[in-house]
Amino acid sequence: MEHIVIIGNGISGVAAARHIRKLSDKRITIISAETDHFFSRTALMYIYMGHMKYEHTKPYEDWFWKKNRIELKNAFVQTVDHQNNQLVFADGSTMSYDKLILAVGSKPNKFGWPGQDLDGVQGLYAKQDVDLMEQYAPNNKVCKRAVIVGGGLIGIEMAEMFHSRNIPVTFLVREESFWNGVLPDGESGMINREIERNHIDLRLSTNLVEILADENGKARAVTTDKGDTIECDIVGLTPGVSPNIDFLKESGIELGRGIKVNRHLETNIPNIYAIGDCAEQHEPIGNRRPIEAVWYTGRMMGETVAQTICGNRLEYKPGHWFNSAKFFDIEYQTYGWVFSTRACPDCDANFHWIHKDDDKCITVAFNKDTKEFVGINTFGIRMRHEIFDRWLTEKRDVNYVMEHLKDANFDPEFYSQYEKEIVSQFNAENGTNIQVKKKSWKRIFSNA
Amino acid sequence: MKVIKNIGLVIFLAGLSIFTAVVFVGTFKLEQSTFDEYVKNNNIKSELFIDAINKDVVGKEFNGMFALSPVIAQALETANAQHIKNKEWGKRIFSKPRDMAAALGKPAGSGFITNNKGIMWLLTFGLGILGALMFILPNVILLGRKGIKNNGIYLESATNRGWIAWLVFIFLVSFYLVLYFAPQYAVNWTYLVDPISKTLSGNPAGHWFVYGFMYCTVMTVMAVRMYIKYRHNMYQVVRTTSVLFFQIVFAFLIPELMGRLQGSYNKGYDFKNAFPLDYDFFFSWNLKELIDGGGLGLFILVWGIVLTLVIVPVMVYFFGKRWYCSWVCGCGGLAETLGDPYRQHSSKSLFSWKVERWLIHAVLVFAILMTAMTLYGFFAETRTVLGIKVQAVMNTYSLLIGAVFAGVIGTGFYPIFGNRVWCRFGCPLAAYLGFVQRFKSRFRITTNGGQCISCGNCSTYCEQGIDVRAYAQKGENIIRSSCVGCGVCSAVCPRGVLKLENGPEAGRINPTQVLLGNDVDLMDLVNNK
Repeated sequence: MEHIVIIGNGISGVAAARHIRKLSDKRITIISAETDHFFSRTALMYIYMGHMKYEHTKPYEDWFWKKNRIELKNAFVQTVDHQNNQLVFADGSTMSYDKLILAVGSKPNKFGWPGQDLDGVQGLYAKQDVDLMEQYAPNNKVCKRAVIVGGGLIGIEMAEMFHSRNIPVTFLVREESFWNGVLPDGESGMINREIERNHIDLRLSTNLVEILADENGKARAVTTDKGDTIECDIVGLTPGVSPNIDFLKESGIELGRGIKVNRHLETNIPNIYAIGDCAEQHEPIGNRRPIEAVWYTGRMMGETVAQTICGNRLEYKPGHWFNSAKFFDIEYQTYGWVFSTRACPDCDANFHWIHKDDDKCITVAFNKDTKEFVGINTFGIRMRHEIFDRWLTEKRDVNYVMEHLKDANFDPEFYSQYEKEIVSQFNAENGTNIQVKKKSWKRIFSNA
Repeated sequence: MKVIKNIGLVIFLAGLSIFTAVVFVGTFKLEQSTFDEYVKNNNIKSELFIDAINKDVVGKEFNGMFALSPVIAQALETANAQHIKNKEWGKRIFSKPRDMAAALGKPAGSGFITNNKGIMWLLTFGLGILGALMFILPNVILLGRKGIKNNGIYLESATNRGWIAWLVFIFLVSFYLVLYFAPQYAVNWTYLVDPISKTLSGNPAGHWFVYGFMYCTVMTVMAVRMYIKYRHNMYQVVRTTSVLFFQIVFAFLIPELMGRLQGSYNKGYDFKNAFPLDYDFFFSWNLKELIDGGGLGLFILVWGIVLTLVIVPVMVYFFGKRWYCSWVCGCGGLAETLGDPYRQHSSKSLFSWKVERWLIHAVLVFAILMTAMTLYGFFAETRTVLGIKVQAVMNTYSLLIGAVFAGVIGTGFYPIFGNRVWCRFGCPLAAYLGFVQRFKSRFRITTNGGQCISCGNCSTYCEQGIDVRAYAQKGENIIRSSCVGCGVCSAVCPRGVLKLENGPEAGRINPTQVLLGNDVDLMDLVNNK
């Protein structure tokens, strides 16, 4: 029986294993040194915040793996010996495979800051990182202040985590506004204010210079390029992640920043595939980045590679871009492409609406000339994925989107609705006279 | 703010302690005239019992019901035993000893509690309400900005099955045991609410009035907590208001006020309590009362039947069973208010789901068979059906399902097994509604394409133990007979993935194996296989 070995028990590796099992009777082994069972990495923050326990983050009960004949091995892979189709583990033992799927994920970036390896300096990526936070920042008596470096999604998550335990937080962001490499200025500004409303000491345009140690080799303060020294008991470093591929350097597998793969997720070595955060496309797909460290792309690559391995060679074809996040109490969803003011100052027209409470806003991007709708960012208002996916496929123009905006609303029942307000502002700015249509189940389900 | 909270806690505990201590104290002295009247009104023919009470109880002072109750019980049991021995069937007394003790204890009360009902109410209910509100209201500020704030739930003893949870468990279970199996010890509590009962129905309070009043009080106070916790979520605000309204008006005020009716039917009736949750609706004694109860009685009879056979299923078709279970029902109302801090304790394992399906449907079958027997017995005018005593079946159901399952386990186990144990594993009405919801309804929880990140908040906070994530991460809508539509999965989802809605039946169930986001041909490939 063909033996499929998957390194990594994250979402991509597990998605691959599940779909291979659905499609075939092959022997499947998943290897991980992090945890015995698959858990949801995105839920790590909720463990520290006390919303859930570790066991709640496991999407499948522990009996699931045996029942589906997916073997689990807790071990650290030292090297991949593709000439002999064999893995060598840290303890010297080996395992042979017929096909190998690398789903090894990422590791947090470190940019050579002095003091970056001190005790009490950490990222937020693995289960072990949450254990460390529990150790160094269990409460605001032990941890008088936390400093977070890096203005992205993990940085703001860490800020929310410390905040949930009433630990004062200083948040150093290199950019002049939070996440403004991705978000248009209006949205980025609103998130700045949301951060400050939660009493986070947000310092924009500020870089970390050095992390200072106490006599025990534990972080005690950081210095910034503004000349400040900030006393703290824990430092969160969250300047992004990069593929976790150091152990493959000598393997003969072609590497760039990640593991180079073609559209079929095949590496340069036959029978070795790479999926998820660690895979790097030779050519970017559409506007997507060559390396996508996103939950659902990992899942989709797993689904795709399972087809290929089971005899139906498929290209990885992600559909329209979408994503979501949450910034403190503001939910964020995006469908299609809305570029930040910084990344693309004039490629598309952006329509921006913000609610007077400063906790809801949307930005709709459309082509200036053809009026084709190209994307939407929505904050504090939930929207329907299927509807936007369809509108993008159908290349609807922005007027159509505005007219049918109620079809896309996904907020719970009885919530206030803002479509009228949004569209009247759109009309005023664009000289149109669009009337918002009532929500129609018929339209919503027309393609379902 | 923290200080106010802590003072509130102390005041609440003081109120609770006095309330508990009240059970053990008080002076009881049964007057001759009171007893004579009782004997006359209740047509008691056992001279043995009358003599024993006259000799051992009347005119004597007892310290607390724990002193009085055994004497009365003893007198009753001895008298009955003698009558049975002598085959004096007409003299037997059919009251249970505990009910007799409660009935004679109530008018026998004297002393501080009975003379100062208002003050005692303030020292128990008053302090409890005040303290609880002082504990809850500062959350407006302490919880931070509005939004989901489940911070620390698994770090605190009270909500993480720690020692506080176990104490609450012991208190709740004891309370229900007294209520169902030792009401004579609740006599002192009835004095506290006598003035309220007299204002409403004109009658002195019994232990069920204490329970009803307390139920409404607890729900109201804990609804304040819900309003604060979910103040960003209009669905929760509206739903909480609805469930509170139906409890106070339909389950409490209307039945109490019906006691004032002068007509031939003046028993309280809860117009929203549908059979088979209202399991004794078709019991022969109830049918007789309704049929003999003039226009109102007949109206209730027809209403009860229409409610179960027409209104309930039609409403479930349009709105899902949530219209009843989490918008109207009293059991649901308590679960959604008092029980909300414990909702995360429902087990999500596949094993629990299997147990649930067997158990709840077994109770439904039990309820239906029992009702069939009582109806047959009623129309055929017989007390045994297929050689089984109908009364014995009814008693078994009342004890096992009505008291132990719905009360002691259903509510007492909140802090350990979550707030919907009864609704999930036992309620026959929920089982009936569930069939309609599963097979013929417009209600579903829509999953928003491929946005799910499998974090598990939805499953964790599902009070009905549904593994919501298992559906959401596959892009499937959630259509489960047990879902009561509380809306909390949608509320706690950090990515806007879940929405409760009523839409066309077509497309309600959407089996998918590959989620939205993949290019269309992979979805077609897998889904159309």
